[in-house]
Amino acid sequence: MTALRRLGSALLAPAIAVVFAVVITALVILLIGENPSTALQVLVDFGDTPAQQTQAIVVILNRAVPLFLAGLAVSVAFRMGLFNIGVEGQYRMATVLAAGAGAAVALPAPLHILLVIVVAMAVGALWASIVAILKVTRGVSEVISSIMLNFIALGTASWLLTGPLRGSEEGAAIITTEDLPESGQFPGLNGLFDVVGLAQPRGELYGFLLVAIVAGIAISVLLKRTRFGFDLRATGLSPSAATASGIDARGMVLKTMLISGAIAGLIGLPDLMGRTHHFGTEFTAGLGFLGIAVALLGRNSPIGIAFAALLFAFLDRAAVPLQFADIPASVVTIIQGTIVLAVVIANEIARQLTRRRAERDTGQGGPPAAENPPGGPAGTAGSRIDEHQGTGA
Amino acid sequence: MAEGPAGAHAAAAGTGDAPYAVELRGITKRFPGVVANRDIELRVRRGEVHAIVGENGAGKSTLMKTLYGMHRPDEGTILLDGRETTLRSPADAIAAGIGMVHQHFMLADYFTVLENVVLGSEPTKGGRLDRAEARRRIRDISERYALDLDPDVLVEDLGVGDRQRVEIAKVLYRGATTLILDEPTAVLVPQEVDELFGNLAELKREGLTVIFISHKLDEVRKVADSITVIRRGTTVGSADPRTTTARQLAEMMVGSELPSPQTRTSTVRETPVLELRGVTVASLTGRPVVDGATLTVREGEVVGIAGVEGNGQAELVDAIMGLRPLAAGTVVLGDEDISAWSTRTRREAGIGFIPEDRHRQGMLLEAPLWENRILGHQTRPPAVKGAFIDRSGARADTERIMREYDVRAPGVDTLAVALSGGNQQKLIVGREMSSAPRLLIAAHPTRGVDVGAQSAIWELLKDARAEGMGILLISADLDELIGLSDTLQVMLRGRLVATLDPASLTPEELGGHMTGAHDGAGSAA
Repeated sequence: MTALRRLGSALLAPAIAVVFAVVITALVILLIGENPSTALQVLVDFGDTPAQQTQAIVVILNRAVPLFLAGLAVSVAFRMGLFNIGVEGQYRMATVLAAGAGAAVALPAPLHILLVIVVAMAVGALWASIVAILKVTRGVSEVISSIMLNFIALGTASWLLTGPLRGSEEGAAIITTEDLPESGQFPGLNGLFDVVGLAQPRGELYGFLLVAIVAGIAISVLLKRTRFGFDLRATGLSPSAATASGIDARGMVLKTMLISGAIAGLIGLPDLMGRTHHFGTEFTAGLGFLGIAVALLGRNSPIGIAFAALLFAFLDRAAVPLQFADIPASVVTIIQGTIVLAVVIANEIARQLTRRRAERDTGQGGPPAAENPPGGPAGTAGSRIDEHQGTGA
Repeated sequence: MAEGPAGAHAAAAGTGDAPYAVELRGITKRFPGVVANRDIELRVRRGEVHAIVGENGAGKSTLMKTLYGMHRPDEGTILLDGRETTLRSPADAIAAGIGMVHQHFMLADYFTVLENVVLGSEPTKGGRLDRAEARRRIRDISERYALDLDPDVLVEDLGVGDRQRVEIAKVLYRGATTLILDEPTAVLVPQEVDELFGNLAELKREGLTVIFISHKLDEVRKVADSITVIRRGTTVGSADPRTTTARQLAEMMVGSELPSPQTRTSTVRETPVLELRGVTVASLTGRPVVDGATLTVREGEVVGIAGVEGNGQAELVDAIMGLRPLAAGTVVLGDEDISAWSTRTRREAGIGFIPEDRHRQGMLLEAPLWENRILGHQTRPPAVKGAFIDRSGARADTERIMREYDVRAPGVDTLAVALSGGNQQKLIVGREMSSAPRLLIAAHPTRGVDVGAQSAIWELLKDARAEGMGILLISADLDELIGLSDTLQVMLRGRLVATLDPASLTPEELGGHMTGAHDGAGSAA
């Protein structure tokens, strides 16, 4: 298989999904009596002045950074077949505690930033480890426990916010933690616009973008180039083959969830350290769930997730302008939802196509009917019978 | 379908000039890049047992799929009872009176025989399953063909032979007059094979036609009325089982001399590599599935474990590999007690593992070959350097394995799923050999591979044995066990019940031990 073909098959599913989502959304907009082309114009209209245009780019990038981290966190677990639905809870817990810890101490800038990051990652990892421990010791499905822990996390975060970590005035409408001191804030990257000769936007480009890029590269290297990554992917592809090869499945569940949770801990930090400087009732919610969608769309590869995060951020940016054009902002949510649904289907189709082509290329692939009886991998039917033979004989 | 087998009798009563029950003329089936079947000529008379023999991968399955309507041929015609027929789907084939008994049974364990038989074509009365009618018809079929089935037993409680008869009943229930049996003896011990042949004679007597796919030549000569040989996708001729020797058949089949598993001189040395002392493995319910197994494998020795599948062999292998906890006993590798070691440490200490089910335990099907080379060797060069995967090392070594072990694939980036069973197995064998293990656990090393790969794997095992490797061989192929082993242990209900000398043992005797008929411990299955 040439590199080009491999790339083609990797892009096929997401491309189909996006086109499908656009068509569906156009139909929905038509149905509510608006003009789809207006919506499209709003989506791609970044403004008239150079400053407005760079501002639009900043908005997209700033939104894409936490989405990317969320997708990354989900994908790491997903690569070994674990559904970490608990990213939402993990990042909420991490952000509120990191905000509290960051506001409570005074340190020189780099150390202060490092402390906030370390606290967030540790909290995220710890929270995720509950899921892992329940799974390896008690066999609790990680889907169930992580969903339940989301509720507990949201509740605990609210309690922390209104109780021990409360920084805002008594009786204020918006409850927040105390602001991070300047030394704990992540510097922005607006200098970059001068370097490349673009107009300065109103807002600040998150410096955390760099952390996200480093995290992406680190995870990519970890998965593709290291023994640990191989063990992780092998477990995801076939738990039974992985165990037989000497991989300790329980250990892998724990380690993978720790990594996934640590990345999840980072999700809230771009907003916390770059914009709000405190955690509060208005803090960005739902990133963990969007992360699942982003990971799916990006097919669990860091590069793919980066593009998926940018696409979602690009769509999110249009939410406000759409309302100016009398089109409900929920159009964006519809597009995103349809993409995810379509990508799940398209992924499966693309997987089958690739597999079939691989089999055709060798002309081997065995007789599928005999070796792969429907309803399970080869051998299950036979071994089931064989097990019973012991009692029958 | 309603006409049932009764319709067949009239046709069977005809003279020898009656049209063939099944006739294939010039069938060619191409898949992109390969011709799976080419100019197949097959003539099956009504009321005969017609065997189709050929190596795995020779095109038997493709041909049977054509006949069962699972795909359509690119060229050629299918004639059933002299009429040209187009089969678009298995439903068409069933309607035309063709039934297929698959090699892997497709039965629901927690359904009764009756429910399994009628599943998919249930007789109904007022919208509900008409059990009385179904029971009557199944009893009728069972009696007429001497299948000896009780409609109300759970399939779970049946042995392999009974299950196969349920499959046959399923096909007869749908009114089949021509039955295709795909490798029906692969899962049976010799005694059960004889029972099956009795059933086939019964079917024949009632005028049904049986197409019997196999590569076991002795069986074919025993049961078939005529034989068609397939080699490399095409029919190379037909043979009369009464006048053809197994050797002649084999030569038609492979186009050369048949390989033999026979080992040469003994290479057994003194030093033990593996000692099991009272190894006991408990099932989930606490019942011992391996019960006090004690055995020794020495350097240069092949110890064969014989037994009907499901008598604890798989659990024994798991226990040696560290995949299942021991309830009691110790496993000693060389002079170290490895009972508490992890699977990885055991592998690193020099145990190679050819698992029973290569798809489940031996490969990552959706990963490229070079990644499959790493599997099980994640901690050892040339696949890894420190904490990192050594891509070029792994790829180069995969190329070496493909070359030395004749793994036929386009390249190291090919997905494992795209390889045939034989090539997958050769890759696994090559991979396990590449770390020069002291002990090799070979569970069904030649299951589902073609004769060429089989002889290659046998040769590799023999060479490894000569170099001093200890081999624990678990197999269902009695010839393989007798031919390769220096010592044979028989496993029955979790216990090692007999130690036999393969030099003076026939497959029939071994089969007797496997079912417990020889040790007086209980009745056979």
